[in-house]
Amino acid sequence: MPKVSMTVNGKPVSADVDPRTLLVQFLRETLRLTGTHVGCDTSQCGCCVVHVNGVAMKSCTLLALTADGADVVTIEGLATDGKLHPMQEAFRENHGLQCGFCTPGMIMSAVDIVRRKGSELDEKTIRHELEGNICRCTGYHNIVKAIAAGAAAMAPAAE
Amino acid sequence: MYQFAYHRPDTARKAVNTAAKAEDSKFLAGGMTLLPTMKQRLAAPTGLIDLSRCDDMRGIELKGRNVVIGAMTRHFDVAESDIVKEKIPALADLAGMIGDPAVRHRGTIGGSVANNDPAADYPSAVLALGATVITNKRKIPADEFFKGLFETALEEGELITKISFPIPSKAAYEKFRNPASRYAIVGVFVAKKGKEARVTVTGAGSGGVFRASKLEAALTAKFHPKGLDGLTFPAEGLNTDIHADAEYRAHLIMVMTRRAVQKALAK
Ligand SMILES: Cc1cc2nc3c(=O)[nH]c(=O)nc-3n(C[C@H](O)[C@H](O)[C@H](O)COP(=O)(O)OP(=O)(O)OC[C@H]3O[C@@H](n4cnc5c(N)ncnc54)[C@H](O)[C@@H]3O)c2cc1C
Ligand code: FES
Ligand code: FES
Repeated sequence: MPKVSMTVNGKPVSADVDPRTLLVQFLRETLRLTGTHVGCDTSQCGCCVVHVNGVAMKSCTLLALTADGADVVTIEGLATDGKLHPMQEAFRENHGLQCGFCTPGMIMSAVDIVRRKGSELDEKTIRHELEGNICRCTGYHNIVKAIAAGAAAMAPAAE
Repeated sequence: MYQFAYHRPDTARKAVNTAAKAEDSKFLAGGMTLLPTMKQRLAAPTGLIDLSRCDDMRGIELKGRNVVIGAMTRHFDVAESDIVKEKIPALADLAGMIGDPAVRHRGTIGGSVANNDPAADYPSAVLALGATVITNKRKIPADEFFKGLFETALEEGELITKISFPIPSKAAYEKFRNPASRYAIVGVFVAKKGKEARVTVTGAGSGGVFRASKLEAALTAKFHPKGLDGLTFPAEGLNTDIHADAEYRAHLIMVMTRRAVQKALAK
């Protein structure tokens, strides 16, 4: 079996894998990082979104071997020193989840939106950018609110 | 997924050589179509040739009066490219309408064109702009490239390396999307170059992307929404599925064409 090596949440990891192994399987089953979810397995729902070299991707539609050498960040890698990431905190504050199944993917996508679009996000932009993330519970309103708040909280502190 | 052997060449040439040796294998570009198809066991290649390390297949260049895009260039990069936004804004616009951000971060122009999904967006631009599909062995004009549902002129093991788009004087893309999949129920690309207008339709035809010659003639005579007055589109030969029937698609073709012409003139 070929060997795959990458950095996940700052730690170097490697393992021998069947070439069919998807990145999400590698994360969940080999590394036991079960925060990344599989909602559809057909590339539609976005529950499996992680950052690969800083960019949001659906880990259910990416071979672990393609991510060889990459720097991967999952939902487990966002908090620092036991303190929630501002986007996670904003989801908590704004009741941006109900069952929570979609939440890891929502938050990883949200952080990616801020990277690309900055920290002042209007509702229309957020809704458009969330097209690849499906939530069966909330009706999205609080998710949109949470992302706007989280984005604002991520802005570098004004001098 | 069935088992496959995994190859990861780092140049287009090595990819082609691997394909020549590894029978029944497929190129893996963004994987946004191929991996889901393999999961459903609708495709079972015995080998995958991962193109993600072929840096020579990526990038966007201005070459004379053409914008040349490497096959492994992602939808996101086309949507954000300064060259494309300046020279063929309709193409950047189209790329930004594909799927969702995570799909655009992986899906590639080469993969989309090689796949020729009847509801995909890029084929309409390639055909309307009269682009040339460049492979490891030849240059294929758009009019000879698309051969029907998921069928192209590509031969076994032939690799698209680049696509060259002549710069039009005016162009625009309008898409009526399926709200769930975001694929086109009907997408219309209009382009004007010199006196000639081209109109291509994706999502609607039972044989995949096609040129709407009656609409092309009307817009060549008068490149304005008014040039389409009194015209209707025949429903024969259009798709009927759970999303829309042929009559509705025929109607949408006219609506999208008008909107696209308006958008092209506004630029
Ligand atoms: C949720 C979702 C929504 C989507 N929405 C849209 C949409 O709105 N509009 C749209 O147009 N598309 C849409 N797509 C499809 C997306 O654009 C794909 O990226 C594209 O169709 C295939 O590109 P890829 O790079 O992923 O190719 P892959 O899936 O890797 O490959 C597709 C096929 O092309 C072949 N191939 C790939 N590269 C080459 C090459 N250089 N030379 C020869 N053969 C090659 C492969 O062997 C394979 O057969 C969507 C996909 C998903 C998952
Ligand atoms: S599990 Fe990956 S998109 Fe749904
Ligand atoms: S909170 Fe349940 S799916 Fe989104």
